[in-house]
Amino acid sequence: MTVSAASTVTVRVLLFASYAEAAGQTSLTLTLPAPATVASVLRLVRGQGAGTRLPERPLCAVNLAHARLDTPVSSGDEIAILPPLAGG
Amino acid sequence: MTFLTDQPLDLAPLVARVMSPGRGGVACFLGVVRDHHEGRTVTRLEYSAYDAMAEAECARVIAEAEAKWDVSVALEHRTGRLEIGDVAVVIAAAAPHRDAAFMACRYVIEQVKRRVPIWKREYYEDGSEAWVAPRPAPQAPERSTGAAAEAPPVPEHISHTDWGV
Repeated sequence: MTVSAASTVTVRVLLFASYAEAAGQTSLTLTLPAPATVASVLRLVRGQGAGTRLPERPLCAVNLAHARLDTPVSSGDEIAILPPLAGG
Repeated sequence: MTFLTDQPLDLAPLVARVMSPGRGGVACFLGVVRDHHEGRTVTRLEYSAYDAMAEAECARVIAEAEAKWDVSVALEHRTGRLEIGDVAVVIAAAAPHRDAAFMACRYVIEQVKRRVPIWKREYYEDGSEAWVAPRPAPQAPERSTGAAAEAPPVPEHISHTDWGV
């Protein structure tokens, strides 16, 4: 069965610090059905095994800005999953 | 403007950047690497960042401070390996009078700590090491809610202080 390009969303997912360490990788590219949100990206990341140790609601960013779980994501977006921040 | 640097931080250039003849109050904050954390002796640490977002978020925090108060703010945050006593973050805020300078300086450090994607790995006296996490860990907001959708998401466990003038 062929899935047309318009019905899927391909995004780049970045992992950092403890999450990258736990996953053994710092980035992955995922394709998921449209419409997609941060929450659906997280579900897929968990399903791929890269995020089995993620908390239920990790901090996330879309295209360099903090996002909510229901923030929509589009093809080409950069989704970052952020461990607890510790700057300053 | 670049806010992250892997070079040692120096307060003086930041103060020089924000000073002007009309600004009679300059408030500064230095965050310095301390030698202990939750009862353990820390020997050094390493900061890493999501560089592009950290730069963008620092710019947003400063723009917010400069919109709330009549201030000029400079900010730099260190990355990479730091030793005890090294300066991790420097903020200088200059305003016509001291109240706005103090408030803006405080606003910027608090926002940097809770919004800028920087992580800290501590190395301990006994040879072990660990990522440092605030307790409890912040969580992503579940969903947008009306007017709040316009505001940057803020970890819900952190109480909202009224920083307005």
